[in-house]
This record gives sequence, structure tokens and C-alpha cells, in this order.
Amino acid sequence: MVFLFTACVAILVTMSFALVRAMLGPTVFDRVLSLNMFGTKTVLLICVVSFLQGRTDFLDLALLYSLMNFIGVVALLRFTTQGEFGGQNPNVDTPFGDKSIGNTALKSGGD
Amino acid sequence: MTAIDVAILLFLAITAVTIARIRDLWAAVMFTGIYSFLSASWMLLLDAPDVSFTEAAVGAGISTVLMLSTLALTGTTEKASGAKFRPIPFMVVVLTGCMLIYGTLDMPQIGDPSDPIHIHPSPSFVERTQGDMHGLPNVVTAVLGSYRGYDTLGETTVVFTAGIAVLLILRRGKEEDSKTGGRPGSAAASGDNA
Repeated sequence: MVFLFTACVAILVTMSFALVRAMLGPTVFDRVLSLNMFGTKTVLLICVVSFLQGRTDFLDLALLYSLMNFIGVVALLRFTTQGEFGGQNPNVDTPFGDKSIGNTALKSGGD
Repeated sequence: MTAIDVAILLFLAITAVTIARIRDLWAAVMFTGIYSFLSASWMLLLDAPDVSFTEAAVGAGISTVLMLSTLALTGTTEKASGAKFRPIPFMVVVLTGCMLIYGTLDMPQIGDPSDPIHIHPSPSFVERTQGDMHGLPNVVTAVLGSYRGYDTLGETTVVFTAGIAVLLILRRGKEEDSKTGGRPGSAAASGDNA
């Protein structure tokens, strides 16, 4: 019990670090990484809490959370590199230009 | 348990203030994703796994994608509003907040057995579910799937019909676009989907 509670506190501390990095993060990469890490830590927190409460049927929810985290991060990354989803508006420039990512190289490689 | 609750509520408050303060809309969308994850885990701690399921699927999954596709059509930065501090709106907000907090004083304690919600329909369901459903552990599932099965069937039909209508509307728009010689990208996309 004490062990599980300590694990909970450790995960919460890690979540706070990820949150601080997401707020400060100067580049896109910092923010995407901290979002992904925050989602992973949420999944871990749910697992630990479900064992702490003795309700292991919450583990299904942890699976759903990790799927949602994956979809969210993929959507963010796709928007960051392409600037649009699935040929909506081909004339829009990518939102972050060339200074944060190698956008032209990614685009020519992807097409 | 209380320490975890307090920590998650603190994270929620910090994230909400960050969303309100930040001017980079891309980062704001990212923070709404974090907010959804946090609120979903808080609902899980409050023993509401069904609400938490919905919050994770809708809040963290679909609305992130929808907001990003909106950003693709608009822009990713917000103009700083040059508004100064105005006392009257601030007073209105503070007064409303105080009234809301005063209203919560009337609410019963969490987990109090004499709550109205624990007295009115619930005990009969809790007592009868084990026998009626042959040992289904979750009362919410039993109510949703069996006691209110016709309601759930009707809801599912409505949602299904709405989904079909939305799909038909979107598809028709794309066909018209390619007929009028729209952009080459959109014509190719509708050709792929058809």
C-alpha cells in the first residue's frame, strides 16, 4: 500500500515536470514530447490507482487513454509537418515555417 | 487518496490558467488535450469510469483533431487584446463566483448515505442487479443495457441517423466542388474517397 502510494506521488511529480516543460518549451519538439509524456504518465497513474483501490477493471480505461494519446500526438505531428489534414486547403503555409522543422524536406519525402 | 485528488485539481487549475494566458493557439490545443486527460483521471478517482471514458474519447481524442483542423483553416496565433484592467466586469465575475461557492454549501457531502441520490431509485437497482443480471458487477451497465435498454436503443438510432446525415452532407459538398472545377487537391481527394 505504501509502495503503491509512493509510486503515485512519484508519477505526479513527473507529471508536474512535464507540465512545466510544456509551458516553458520554446520549440515544438519540447511541447510534443511533454504532451506525449504527460499522456503516458496519466496511463501509469490510472494503473497504479486502480491497483491502489483494488479495482483492476480500470485497466481497460488505461488502454483507451493510451490509444487516445497516440491519436492526439499523431494529429498534432501531422498538423505540424503538413499544416493541414487530407487535402483540405493546399495553399496554407505550414504554421511553423522553416525555422523549427525541416518542413520542405519532410513534405517532399512524404509525398 | 486525498493527496492525489488535490494534486490533480492543482494541475487542472494550472493548465486552465495556461490555456487562458497563452497566445500560441497550437500550444493551446495541446494544453486542452492535457486538460482532458487530467479531468478524465480525476473523474476516474471519483468512481465515475463511464464519464471518464467519454471524456477521454471525446475531449482528448476527437476535439483535439477537430480544433487542429480548424486551426488549419484559420491561423495559429491570436492577437494580444489591448484591453486594460476594467473593474466592473471583474466585480461581476467575483460576485458570480462567490454566489456559486455559496450555492455549493447546500450540497450534501460526497458519499453521504443520506444523499437524495442514494435514497431515491438507487437501492432497489443495487439490490436487484445481482439476481436479475446473473452477477453483472457494474450497476451502471445493467441500468443502461437492460433496465433502460429501449432508451439506449433509441439513442443509438438517433446518433446513427445523425452520423449518416452528416456524412451525406459532407460528401455532396465535395462532389459539387469537383463538378465546378475546384482546386486540384480537393478533386483528387474526393476521387480517392468515392
